Amino acid sequence: MESSYLLRLAKDRIFFALIVFFASLTILPLLFILFYILKNGLTVISWRFLTTLPKPAGEPGGGISNAIVGTALLVLTAGLLSIPFGILVGIYLSENPNGLMARWVRVSNRILQGVPSIVAGIIAYVWIVKTSGGFSVFSGGIALGMLMIPIVVQSTEETLKLVPGALKEASLALGASYTSTILKVIVPTGLSGIVTGILLGVSRVIGETAPLLFTVFGNPFMSYRLFKPANALPLLIFNYALSPYHSWQDLAWGASVVLIGLVMTLNLISKFLVAKWKVRS
Amino acid sequence: MKTDSLFRFILFLSGALLLVLLGAVFLTLFFSSIPSIKSFGFLFVFGKDWNPISKEFGALPFLIGTFLTSTAALLFSLPFSLAISILLGEYLSNPFFSAVFKSVIELLAGIPSVIYGFWGLFVLVPVVRWLELKIHVLPYGVGIFTASLVLSIMIIPYSAFLAIEILKLVPPEIKEAAYSLGATRYEVVKKVALPYSYSGIFGGILLAYGRALGETMAVTMVIGNSDFLPKSLFSPGNTIASVIANEFTEAAGRLHLSSLIELGLILFVLTAVTNILGDLIVKKMSFQES
Repeated sequence: MESSYLLRLAKDRIFFALIVFFASLTILPLLFILFYILKNGLTVISWRFLTTLPKPAGEPGGGISNAIVGTALLVLTAGLLSIPFGILVGIYLSENPNGLMARWVRVSNRILQGVPSIVAGIIAYVWIVKTSGGFSVFSGGIALGMLMIPIVVQSTEETLKLVPGALKEASLALGASYTSTILKVIVPTGLSGIVTGILLGVSRVIGETAPLLFTVFGNPFMSYRLFKPANALPLLIFNYALSPYHSWQDLAWGASVVLIGLVMTLNLISKFLVAKWKVRS
Repeated sequence: MKTDSLFRFILFLSGALLLVLLGAVFLTLFFSSIPSIKSFGFLFVFGKDWNPISKEFGALPFLIGTFLTSTAALLFSLPFSLAISILLGEYLSNPFFSAVFKSVIELLAGIPSVIYGFWGLFVLVPVVRWLELKIHVLPYGVGIFTASLVLSIMIIPYSAFLAIEILKLVPPEIKEAAYSLGATRYEVVKKVALPYSYSGIFGGILLAYGRALGETMAVTMVIGNSDFLPKSLFSPGNTIASVIANEFTEAAGRLHLSSLIELGLILFVLTAVTNILGDLIVKKMSFQES
């Protein structure tokens, strides 16, 4: 009796040790990756790095200004295309929780969420690049927007569902119309959640590379034009990482740090928003 | 009241437009692959040769490459993600530690795929090459094995989060009942928490698998990009996503492009089915609980 008790205790301890071992074995290499990227990238970053164009192959120095501008244009296009539409669909879903059509919309949204990013690139290629006759920022924005829509839809729906029903009833009882109830009571109450969803959406698509390969294509020069090819941070990382030149690889490491910094900032802001203005039901 | 019905109509229209969007995605892929479907039919899936010069296109090398990398990645990552989720879900009740652990995982989930690939190319590839020399296989460094290693690191955060959510669904009453009978932590995890969440964890694994299937950049950068049927885990290969990324812009002719798009169609259907199945299983478990 005594020995079996000890055996059970021993098993418990061994199991705990194994769990801690495997868990820390995971965290360590992950931290190592981050450290390695920071070590290679931080030394490259300077004001010049952020504000000048990349140099030709083999020449040291140069910067990533065109990629930063390109990524900003892409996010802007994707956001304009996906945010208003995504919010409307989210409102529709939260207003019609059980309808047959709403159920289908929900399933479709889930499928869209799982669409591999490279497939979004193919779609944008067929729709825009092929018909307009050339690579462009706009086509890349379409691809990224398609990946952003489901995230905005889902977060909008989930936030608005948390808004207490009494609020809506109170507004309607005071004689406010359905439209103004939704737009002036429900949506503002859930605004923080919606903004969080938008930020998460942007942080997901800002690092996407696959859909840009055959839409935005890449461009060594500065371009502000919506219907011309441009550079983008992830594209620059991909192209220069595979190049044999050290100076280009350095640019790619620096761009990696900038990109990770952007994603982290977006995630931190959204976390802060969640903590600060959570919808309380 | 006229604005109200107009507003309702706009909402309805947006919902309908989302359905149309999904339909349009599917139809676009389908119609663009018609030349390839006409030329190869069902044999496309079984064709072993992918040769743009002789206009011979078979998807088998990429299907096998995709399944090999994703499955291996899932197997590599499973013990780690389970360990993290059990540690966070059952052991670490200290909110500070679990917050630290969670932020680290979240941070790593946010690193873009192309950067994982970049890191893999510079750090992992030399290590694998060294390993291959030790065990006497051709030391490519790049290949299916390397790709699944990078992929497994990338899906750990995702699958760990899913598993934590699923372990949270185990009702505390039944765990407390087991503790009050004198069970140790290990026994509670093994005999109560895990059996209760088996189906949910399986659903979570499917979702992680769906993620792995479509992952493109990191895989493209370290898999070696060979269009031949992979001979072993260490040989270079290509996944569906990586061959599209590689050849799409330089596709030679209509048939090549259309075959690549058909690969995209296959990938789209595969991930959609995997995700829906995973969702259904996870959802079934959460309903059980309430």
